[in-house]
Amino acid sequence: MSKILMKIDGKEIEAEEGMTVLEAARTVGVNIPSLCHHDKLEPYGACRICTVEAQKNGRSRLVVSCVYPVEKNLEITTRSETIDRARRTILELLLSHAPDSEPLRILAAEYGADKNRFEKEPSFCIHCGLCVRYCAEIKGLHAVGFINRGSKREINFVPELVAAECWSCKECFPLCPTSALQAAYVFTAAQVSEIPVFEGDTD
Amino acid sequence: MDINKIDQIIDGHNSEASSLIQVLLEIQSENRWLPRQALERISERMDVPLSRIQHIATFYKAFSLVPKGRHEIHICMGTACHVRGAQNILNAVEDHTGIKPGETDLALKFSLETVNCLGCCALGPVIEVDGQIHGKLTPPETAEALKKYE
Repeated sequence: MSKILMKIDGKEIEAEEGMTVLEAARTVGVNIPSLCHHDKLEPYGACRICTVEAQKNGRSRLVVSCVYPVEKNLEITTRSETIDRARRTILELLLSHAPDSEPLRILAAEYGADKNRFEKEPSFCIHCGLCVRYCAEIKGLHAVGFINRGSKREINFVPELVAAECWSCKECFPLCPTSALQAAYVFTAAQVSEIPVFEGDTD
Repeated sequence: MDINKIDQIIDGHNSEASSLIQVLLEIQSENRWLPRQALERISERMDVPLSRIQHIATFYKAFSLVPKGRHEIHICMGTACHVRGAQNILNAVEDHTGIKPGETDLALKFSLETVNCLGCCALGPVIEVDGQIHGKLTPPETAEALKKYE
């Protein structure tokens, strides 16, 4: 593995080839907010909250740090007025889906995002894909997946798999930033009597 | 749909996961829709997770997970047809069939969809029934044309 020299917030750092900017920043203790990143999962780039400014050859542009690979002589700024504005708008868009999500509210307070800016579209899911990817990549169960596309995209459990596997696992539950996943689970359970919902349901 | 027919289609593609969309398309054209048991059979035989098949089957408009009618009506709502009164044609079709775009009637006779251009704007307003084009229509002619289908 060759070392790559680059700068994050003016600090010279050494990153390893193949790392993403987000990972490199975390190794030196620079915190970049993220909703869809998970250390054990492949980079996905769904939420765009981890947007940073990348300077290269005298030019600067906004890139998504959780999918942007480190490269030589790259200069990263993790906080600036431009970045804050971008993150604020992204948060406002996400908040129109899930206005009461705890992680979103914490970030909204930090970036001054107004949850009422856009019309509410309460699907509650922000499509971070954590549950879908965790179930597929770590557990290999594929019990939850996306259906439909564009603005109609949503998560969907496969009832047969849920009945057989989910109650004893539920590892995706704490990953969800908005609790839309738990709601989808209960909704699936409401359609299939074999799926337990409360502790007393299993013997 | 017959399970042997599904198996036959899957065998035609050597059960390869990369042929998933081709298999789905063949079943769709054979059966006009994709029943749940067909998806489960594909999942089992081709070793593709059911959630992934659902993702693909709901992503493309070519696939339907609900039964479709024997005759598929596509009404062009593109600009040229629109200015020539496509909305009136749509109303006439809705009145005749009793269904709205995206729906299928109970007798499984017609399915109705709106499309954005059929590529023959000079014939507007245009509808397509089972691949056959009916052009320069008026609402009474539309109802007349649909009467021919059983």
